[in-house]
Amino acid sequence: MKKLVLFFLVLISIQFSLKAQQEPFHKFAPLPYAYDALEPYIDKMTMEIHYDKHHRAYYTNFIAAIKGTELENTPMETIFANMSSYAPAVRNTGGGYWNHEMFWNCMKPNGGGVPAGKLGDAIKSTFGSFDEFKKQFAEAGVKRFGSGWVWLTVNEAGKLIINSTANQDNPLMNTETLRGVPVLCLDVWEHAYYLKYQNKRGDYINAFWNVVNWDFVQSGYDKAIARKQ
Amino acid sequence: MDYQFPELPYAFNALEPHIDAMTMEIHYTKHHKTYFDKFVAAIKDTDSNGKSLEEIFTQVSKLPMAVRNHGGGLYNHSLFWESMAPNAGGEPAGQLAQAINSQYGSFGDFQAKFNDAAANRFGSGWAWLCVKADKSLCVCSSANQDNPLMDTSDCPATPILGLDVWEHAYYLKFQNRRPDYISAFWNVVNWKVIESRYEALVK
Repeated sequence: MKKLVLFFLVLISIQFSLKAQQEPFHKFAPLPYAYDALEPYIDKMTMEIHYDKHHRAYYTNFIAAIKGTELENTPMETIFANMSSYAPAVRNTGGGYWNHEMFWNCMKPNGGGVPAGKLGDAIKSTFGSFDEFKKQFAEAGVKRFGSGWVWLTVNEAGKLIINSTANQDNPLMNTETLRGVPVLCLDVWEHAYYLKYQNKRGDYINAFWNVVNWDFVQSGYDKAIARKQ
Repeated sequence: MDYQFPELPYAFNALEPHIDAMTMEIHYTKHHKTYFDKFVAAIKDTDSNGKSLEEIFTQVSKLPMAVRNHGGGLYNHSLFWESMAPNAGGEPAGQLAQAINSQYGSFGDFQAKFNDAAANRFGSGWAWLCVKADKSLCVCSSANQDNPLMDTSDCPATPILGLDVWEHAYYLKFQNRRPDYISAFWNVVNWKVIESRYEALVK
């Protein structure tokens, strides 16, 4: 009887450890909608290559870059807060992994419109109007030279700022001068828009407003502000 | 001196199937032309207006960022177009071939080093084969539209071969497969031009 119990205990523990292996701490999340869900603003082929090739490669290379280190079980926010301590490969691939996941969540089919709630108020009081905010955000996107991202960020003082970062950097990284908690992001690497918009990055940014998931952005803002209070 | 927007030395479809006609057309008439226009606008109100790009690059750290970005974009693309030709490729000959062999062991070893520089440049940028002040060769890469002639460069040298690895250079045909684009590039490298650039620098 004792042997049988021991046998089952071993079996259960093997299953647990297998499960732990199957579900790493850092997960590659499914795309929250179909590849063609953001048509005609973001085309299906771009979404598919962007998610299944670029994003997946960042994830796979990030997991390879942190293999065997304590970062395998460290939250991304903590890694970014100490970014300067780690190798460039961790920064580039970890940023690419995290930024894209946030980007997918910032969009949805039948999105767009205007933000409401506390975020809507904060945008008006910070930028004057929603249109003025959009204008400044678009300018930051067009002016980012080379590859990078544009962000709407709750800075360390709890104020909204628009900033842009190079390559796969983001405002959570301690390598940035303008730091804070990002609540909205836009990928302005050429791979995000080139198949449909080619050199016309401005047209891509205009199209982006039609798919913004303001519910997600508002909830991110509410959480960021709550952490400040 | 008035700045000139250079002619593309061949038709948009001349490098097919390695570089497609649509990419060439947008790359030259949109990207390169925009760098030219923005460079001319940026240099106009500086003391460097009228100077050659090579001269401007030696003091680019003291000039507005727009001069660095768009002046680099103008120069790099001009060099790039001339580095390629239809029915080209193969291997270099003459003094350059000797220098490559003696420095890298073989043409294949040099190619591998250049391929690594091009594939590993994260984000937008260029890969280069250059001649250093001591006349030795070097392979390096630079971010965005920087190049080894700039006083900001960490591999100061004169480029004789450049490969654009911005996504706009290959995305329509190769998408995320930058290494396939790099492989295709070797089929259109105009070694005669690269050889004469090399010979002019080492004579």
